[in-house]
Amino acid sequence: MIKAKEKPLEEIINMVQDFKKLLIAGCDGCVTVCEAGGLKEVKVLASALRLYFTQLGQKVDIDETSLTRQCNKEYLEELADKMDNYDAVVSTACGCGIQFLAEMYNTKPVFPGVDTSFMGVTEERGVYAERCQGCGKCILAETGGVCPIARCSKRMLNGPCGGSDKGKCEVSPDIPCGWELIYERLKTLGQLDRFEKPIDPKDWTTSRDGGVRKIVREDVSI
Amino acid sequence: MRLQYPPNVRIIRVPCTGKVDVIHLLTAFEAGADGVFVVGCMEGDCHFMEGNLYAKKRVQRVKGILDKVGLGGGRLEMYNLSAGMGGRFAEVVKEVFNRVKELGPSPIRIAKGTAAAAAGEVATT
Repeated sequence: MIKAKEKPLEEIINMVQDFKKLLIAGCDGCVTVCEAGGLKEVKVLASALRLYFTQLGQKVDIDETSLTRQCNKEYLEELADKMDNYDAVVSTACGCGIQFLAEMYNTKPVFPGVDTSFMGVTEERGVYAERCQGCGKCILAETGGVCPIARCSKRMLNGPCGGSDKGKCEVSPDIPCGWELIYERLKTLGQLDRFEKPIDPKDWTTSRDGGVRKIVREDVSI
Repeated sequence: MRLQYPPNVRIIRVPCTGKVDVIHLLTAFEAGADGVFVVGCMEGDCHFMEGNLYAKKRVQRVKGILDKVGLGGGRLEMYNLSAGMGGRFAEVVKEVFNRVKELGPSPIRIAKGTAAAAAGEVATT
């Protein structure tokens, strides 16, 4: 899922301090799972903003809501009736949700409440790690289910490089060497012979090299 | 024991300080509490294993938020007391009372113009 972290409060205060009626809109999807932008975090942010404005003697109305998802129009439409009540919206959805909200209500200033970080997993509660870079052409079948694009700092297709040291990446001793992980996994699977077949150069046009991406599925469109 | 402590403290009982969430603490301040303190069991003695340790982290987080919103983290504190420390509990209440008195009324209470709200408190049973 998409992982995000809460934006520093002072940044959010800075963005919204000229508005008098605010809506803090969370998302019940990915950002709820990583505890950055769900209803609970919306309530905390709204409370913190209320405290800030109240102690300054400013009257600012702050409402809280959380949508099932902000990356689908159907759910964003739920805000249509009440959007006129607000001067601005702080969305704690991921970057996709924030943008989609801003697109749908294009006369309303929309601000980000989180810093969207990556597509990753919850290694344990509070620890999130990147696993996919959405390159558009999955090669996990060739690499023992460990992605060299996401997990090798150099995105090497035929690693490891000389910077791999005792299973760690030269970028940081906290980063496991992606190619060490691939080696270990292929060894476990008894498929080390795959190392004898170099992986062909990757077609990066499915990644950002091809510009802004879009999927069109005629078969499911209605 | 008939121990005396300042009367303007409201005790809110929870099953375990692990139940006390960030939003509960913030809500107390929004309601105008001049200070809040969380009293959990001694570290390592939590009946629910780690409840008081979770509370400790949440208290730290809220202290950070209070600093950023201009109330000051000094209005919130966590203590660890056992059920047999009634005397110390009364002392802690006085300690917090004096500290909060020094800090003065909550800016929220001043802004709202409410004099009724007093120091809040969260304690375990």
